[in-house]
Amino acid sequence: MSLTLLNVIFAVVVAIAFAAANAAYLVWAERRGAARIQRRPGPNINGPFGLLQPPLDGIKLMAKQLIIPGGADKVLFIGAPVLAMYPAIMSFVTIPFSDSIVAHNINVGILMIFAFASTGSMSLIFAGWSSRNKYSMMSAVRAVSQSVAYEIPMLITTITVVMIAGSMDLMEIVHQQSSSILHWNIFPLLGKSHNILMPASFLIFFICTLAETNRAPFDLGEAESELVAGFHTEYGSMGFGLFFMGEYANIVIGSCMTTILFLGGWSCPFGLFPGVWWFLLKLYLLIATFIWIRWTFPRTTIYGLLNLSWKILIPLSLVNLLLTAGLIKVF
Amino acid sequence: MVTYFKDIYSGLVSLFIGMEVTFKEFFKPTVTVQYPYETLTMTEKYRGHVELIESDEGKPNCVVCGLCQRACPSACITLAGVKPEGEKKKVLTKYILDFTRCSLCGSCVESCNFNALEFSKEYNLASTRREDFIFDLLQRLEARNK
Repeated sequence: MSLTLLNVIFAVVVAIAFAAANAAYLVWAERRGAARIQRRPGPNINGPFGLLQPPLDGIKLMAKQLIIPGGADKVLFIGAPVLAMYPAIMSFVTIPFSDSIVAHNINVGILMIFAFASTGSMSLIFAGWSSRNKYSMMSAVRAVSQSVAYEIPMLITTITVVMIAGSMDLMEIVHQQSSSILHWNIFPLLGKSHNILMPASFLIFFICTLAETNRAPFDLGEAESELVAGFHTEYGSMGFGLFFMGEYANIVIGSCMTTILFLGGWSCPFGLFPGVWWFLLKLYLLIATFIWIRWTFPRTTIYGLLNLSWKILIPLSLVNLLLTAGLIKVF
Repeated sequence: MVTYFKDIYSGLVSLFIGMEVTFKEFFKPTVTVQYPYETLTMTEKYRGHVELIESDEGKPNCVVCGLCQRACPSACITLAGVKPEGEKKKVLTKYILDFTRCSLCGSCVESCNFNALEFSKEYNLASTRREDFIFDLLQRLEARNK
């Protein structure tokens, strides 16, 4: 009993530390990456390569006063930032990093992660609703339509993968892809499905991850040009900090899921140096792509965003689902 | 239906073209200057406030004709000179530029027939006191010669 309790505490501490460290240093990576793309040096004053910037920013944010606007719904206003951070930390509990590095593998891991991820958009809605600010309110409305639009193709694509694997266990999904690089779900031929649309499926899933984590070019929730800062207009101090960290933690979760579902998790191509580093390599390559995309494309319009989902992603993912189902039946 | 797929395809291709552009930019060297630590040298034609030109002996070229003073539309320039015994030319004793009123029109430089005025390359001009912008150009010349 006491051993399991210790295990739980250890897992939670590691999960929080991993999420927080990633959130902090992804901000640094994002700023450096953006600067490189725009041919600036980026943060380079505090510490070597500006590596002390994230902790110093954290200290600055924590030292500030938390201001609650008059007329705001206090409970929701304080609860919303917490709600932004906790689904990411909870999801880390069940994400397997390798055969042995997993806090607690459950056989419906996908279901648990999506259950928590869907509460993530609640934080935007609560924050927008409770701020008593018209911009925040508009942002909350957008967040609702966006999360409805993009959870559908995301879940349909996930169902495709679950059908191929025949399991919701993340470990099991990775094991089925581990025979060789051509068995990864992103590649169509040797996988169990033989579905030639699997690369498209991967793209759909990746685009939905971008939209679900409210990243540019889909960051309509915080569109500065029209909504000031959207749902976190009224947040200062660590309230804002938690939203910020939550965003990056969600990116890590989204990239972990993409890695596990499509890129074979920690299975290594050509049997080279098997280990957890393959998972981390794929994970951080995906995160780098997130940053790269953000600094390449301008923000879409809300119409463009919804059209992309309802007219392109949902039909395509449905076709892919049907095709996969048929091919599984045939082979 | 064909246009639907064509649109998707061309849209996807354009996304990858955009990403290629930023990918190439990522590896190029930075072009910005880290200002307080690095500074650029000003271009040849940069027009800062005026400065006196010195002759080879280290004395100002100015002969105190007063044309610059008259040419100045904002009356920024105050100058004075004396004619020492036995000398042909006047010697400059005072040249005050009130930079708070100067609009950098350059009429003084244009009016000077003795190659005595030029634009400086000074651009770090910021202060909280207006007295800091009353420049004594003669003093600046001496300071430069030290």
